[in-house]
Amino acid sequence: MKFVDEFRDSDLIGRARDEIRRLADPARHYRLMEVCGGHTHAIYRFGLKDVLPSNIELIHGPGCPVCVLPMGRIDDGLELARRPDVIFAAFGDMMRVPGAHGSPLEHKARGMDVRIVYSPTDALKLARSNPGRHVMFFAIGFETTAPSTALTLMRAKAEGIENFSVFCNHVTIIPAIRAILDSPDMRLDGFIGPGHVSTVIGCRPYEWIARTEGKPIVVSGFEPLDLLQSIVMLLRQLRARRAGVENQYQRVVPWEGNRAALAAMAEVFELRPYFEWRGLGFISQSALRLREAYARWDAERVFDVAGVRVTDPKAAQCGEVLKGVLKPAQCKLFGKECTPEHPVGALMVSSEGSCAAYYNYEHRKTAGQLRILTPA
Amino acid sequence: MAHGAGGKASRRLVDGLLAPLLYRQSDPVEGDRLADAARVLVGGASVAITTDSFVVTPLAFPGGSIGELAVNGTVNDLAVGGARPVALVTTLVLEAGLPTETLVAELRAMRRAAGVAGVAIVGGDTKVVEHGKVDRLYISTTGLGHPLPGVTLGARSVRPGDRILLSGPIGDHGITILLARGELDLEADLRSDTRSVFPLVEALAAAAGPGLRWMRDPTRGGVATSLNELALDSSLGIHLSEEAIPVRDEVRGACELLGLDPLHIANEGQFLAVVAAEAAERGLEAIRRVPGGEAAVVIGEVREEPQAAVLAGSRYGGTRIVDMLVGDPLPRIC
Repeated sequence: MKFVDEFRDSDLIGRARDEIRRLADPARHYRLMEVCGGHTHAIYRFGLKDVLPSNIELIHGPGCPVCVLPMGRIDDGLELARRPDVIFAAFGDMMRVPGAHGSPLEHKARGMDVRIVYSPTDALKLARSNPGRHVMFFAIGFETTAPSTALTLMRAKAEGIENFSVFCNHVTIIPAIRAILDSPDMRLDGFIGPGHVSTVIGCRPYEWIARTEGKPIVVSGFEPLDLLQSIVMLLRQLRARRAGVENQYQRVVPWEGNRAALAAMAEVFELRPYFEWRGLGFISQSALRLREAYARWDAERVFDVAGVRVTDPKAAQCGEVLKGVLKPAQCKLFGKECTPEHPVGALMVSSEGSCAAYYNYEHRKTAGQLRILTPA
Repeated sequence: MAHGAGGKASRRLVDGLLAPLLYRQSDPVEGDRLADAARVLVGGASVAITTDSFVVTPLAFPGGSIGELAVNGTVNDLAVGGARPVALVTTLVLEAGLPTETLVAELRAMRRAAGVAGVAIVGGDTKVVEHGKVDRLYISTTGLGHPLPGVTLGARSVRPGDRILLSGPIGDHGITILLARGELDLEADLRSDTRSVFPLVEALAAAAGPGLRWMRDPTRGGVATSLNELALDSSLGIHLSEEAIPVRDEVRGACELLGLDPLHIANEGQFLAVVAAEAAERGLEAIRRVPGGEAAVVIGEVREEPQAAVLAGSRYGGTRIVDMLVGDPLPRIC
């Protein structure tokens, strides 16, 4: 299959692996953060840790939109959907994420009208076909999904559809990276930059990371070869004592980003003064809300929102894992109280969450037995 | 709902609640009680028996419909239970107002599938319930089978070194249904793989003889779930070769787009078998000689470690655990 097979080709992957071994200084320990949850998932899904030398440590970053959402936001959204006229619509990603009183799927089992949609425009379609009901789209995601929410709102406004609103939880990636770099216990050598987010924002917004923080960053694709090539590019910069922004994912990411998508976002959204992130606390100008011109489609203004603040269960160390300070298995609850079936924290739910990725793909592997079969 | 999706929750429901409440030690049963078909002693003769019920939206989809599924599903449970399907009885639960032509079409589909599979439909029961109490049409089928001579199956007879055989490409049925629901703006030239696998099983059993250890049809929960059950029941490690597992491009593409794993997607016309290493090549050749079995492959082998887990490896050296599905597969968007 085009765009997949060539990036999983074992010969090419073998060459990238050899190049990484050649470039990595055996006397040095490298700490590279993959910002994006999609990368975390791919790293475990493709078993890339087995391919990398042990002195290259991958630190999982905060780029999982479901994981960084504090529990109170989920509870607020579900509380609004208790009204019998409201249909709660969200991506499949959200459905198993626990609120204080259960996940959207558990609320559905108790009778709430919860629908899985594949795009915000599907939620708008639901509103059109249910004129007597109110459809609330629980929007999540970084700049990857924010443009489609923006376009949907523009369409709702143009068509005058009034039984539709957005509970906006869109967040932005740059402040999260800044918060990580400001964290005193975090020493990183470089970043594997987010791929999908960069299709929208381009590569320029990362320039400060290289210039003022002196860390190299390589925007990367999601296939095994993409990730290994990005690590090669990072090692080359580190070896040459350079720090720059490079784009490994050129087949998808334009350097300047997607202007049309950025324009749609600018039309509909403005920055919130501050927003709470799980594990990272309140970060100023790190999330989006609807502009005044879209107030009648803003669930937070159409309805009364309690603004619930729920602290994560005490024993759970989601915040530390999210910041990359702890590995998933170092959390006290990992694999015991907290599993994909009975998740305590969102990191165990989302397939982009590092705990779920580690639990599903890595945990229970035993070393020494891993001679790989060659297909007949 | 997760309890019906075929993964971990389904297994807990059966092992933890249904089996302890319903089964007695003294029941006249041979072998593994949680296999796809049970063996009962009737007047000294061993008979295979199984039951299944079918609920699907939409009722008809490319490559089949609920009527065919209802016949083939039970036929396949008998087949992978090591038995020749002989007869079925069926229960139809109809929603008041179901169009007659829908019912006729599904009965014809059942008749057709039974003809192809060589089983007789010998009786049944019909219930009509109020509008809204069921979703149009539910079908349940119970099948009787005649055990194949010399075939003894069970996770406990599986040994390290045994090979894992798969009859053909996976995920066709589950992805076809997902697309046929029309909720995704995705189209693909795909058909459900619903069919009787008995001819393939029969050929394998004849060729492998006592080297045939275990079989399962990977329906809900997919290949991952069936093999995890094997790993748990045998306390052995199942090693798969990622590149060896046949998946059509259409299925792979849909899975890549939706963040799904083909190993978790349902099949209705494939089966998995564990065969002793020395009988594997012979068994594979036998399946491949049967029409519809040409794509059969060895996808992995059984080892001591990791205990009770399934591991998939790639040729480039990466490995991952393959877990059972938790709940329904939910598409990943953001």
